[in-house]
Amino acid sequence: MEHEQGLIELGGIRKSISLALVPEAVVGDYVIVHVGHAIGLLDPEEAQRTLDIFAQLERFQEAPPLPQMQPLAPRPPLESTQPVKELTP
Amino acid sequence: MKYIDEFRDGALARQIAERIAAEADPAQRYRFMEFCGGHTHAISRYGVLELLPENVRMIHGPGCPVCVLPIGRLDMAIDLALHQRVILCTYGDTLRVPASEQLSLLKAKARGADIRMVYSAADALQLAQQNPEREVVFFAIGFETTTPPTALVIDAAARQGVANFSVLCNHVLTPPAIRAILDGASAAERATAEIQGFVGPAHVSIVIGSDPYARFAREYRKPVVIAGFEPLDVLQAILMLLRQVNEGRAEVENEFTRAVSPGGNLRAQALMEQVFELRPAFEWRGLGSLAHSALQIRPAYRQHDAEHRFGLNYRSVADHKSCECGAILRGVKEPRECKIFGTVCTPENPIGSCMVSSEGACAAHYTYGRFRDIPLVPVAAEALTA
Repeated sequence: MEHEQGLIELGGIRKSISLALVPEAVVGDYVIVHVGHAIGLLDPEEAQRTLDIFAQLERFQEAPPLPQMQPLAPRPPLESTQPVKELTP
Repeated sequence: MKYIDEFRDGALARQIAERIAAEADPAQRYRFMEFCGGHTHAISRYGVLELLPENVRMIHGPGCPVCVLPIGRLDMAIDLALHQRVILCTYGDTLRVPASEQLSLLKAKARGADIRMVYSAADALQLAQQNPEREVVFFAIGFETTTPPTALVIDAAARQGVANFSVLCNHVLTPPAIRAILDGASAAERATAEIQGFVGPAHVSIVIGSDPYARFAREYRKPVVIAGFEPLDVLQAILMLLRQVNEGRAEVENEFTRAVSPGGNLRAQALMEQVFELRPAFEWRGLGSLAHSALQIRPAYRQHDAEHRFGLNYRSVADHKSCECGAILRGVKEPRECKIFGTVCTPENPIGSCMVSSEGACAAHYTYGRFRDIPLVPVAAEALTA
């Protein structure tokens, strides 16, 4: 149980990480990964709720759309939100 | 990438920034600290500062694991690698941190020390299993995010009887560091570094939850807003902090509800409790020695405690005298106020720890913001014709 590994995907990159700290994760869940370990699950409903708060702001202001913010340089995917692809014991 | 791109939308970022500008009281100055190095990096990388009005300032906090690691702890790791000839495993960003005698782990490696960069603590344990004839030490650093993985490998080593594996533990705790910032090194510094609220850490809070910050809101009357690591998260948190200040509230609010709960990751907390206990005192770079601010390995796991196993003793070493990392980590100075910033001290040749990790205040400013400090000088017409 404590050595349960999961295959995650981030922007096409797949990596095996430990799910020992989030044993409730199942295939298809989004997990937050830190130094090779899932440390928490991402709650899609809460994510949507936060995005809705931003959207309300948008309706409130009706500003013209501006170009997307782009990162200046790629950052190693040390910590990010990544879907679990499969579980291995 | 789902759940990432949506939180980096530039148009929305400008709209949140407009709200901040609209709600900021022009008669007031707002100073908020982003505790965590992950936020420092995001703020610099995405140009969040440029979106904020003049009277809303962000102060970089000490939540950068590499930055707060004092020279004396690095010296212990270098001693293990150079003189005790162990295989020393470490996360990549500790490699270039300056230590005593102009050494770093990278320079020790060049002198023949066996130092291996690992992605995860589990990789270090695996190395120990592959090299049973060698002593393998994992140089463990970080806040409550990297601590549970370290607890996992110590427990695994004990249960599997990996006798040649030990950990040099440097794990530190977030709440005592926030308290140290609020208590201030001196009354004079407290006055200069008056902070009205905190952007609370993202990943640390996934582990410890939002409850531990309640006392800062209650006892110090400082609002805390826990935020995710994407630019919209940070901007929204700044807006929430500004509203708390304007309304005279001091509460813990959670912008990062998609991953942070009040209680945090209970399994991770139980593992930390099982393997670690509070260290009586730990020296932080910049903050000095703080009681009960770090963790040490419990006696039950002593066999895997490198400090015990190799009889290591900590010796405090002063930072380079020109380096302002200490004051920057306490939030009382900015990188550009350091006279060696960007001249003697650069990411290629760091003098202070804040210039090493991408989460460090100096490295973030050097990489993404240093040209902002250079005023654009209009070329006078007569200069052109002369």
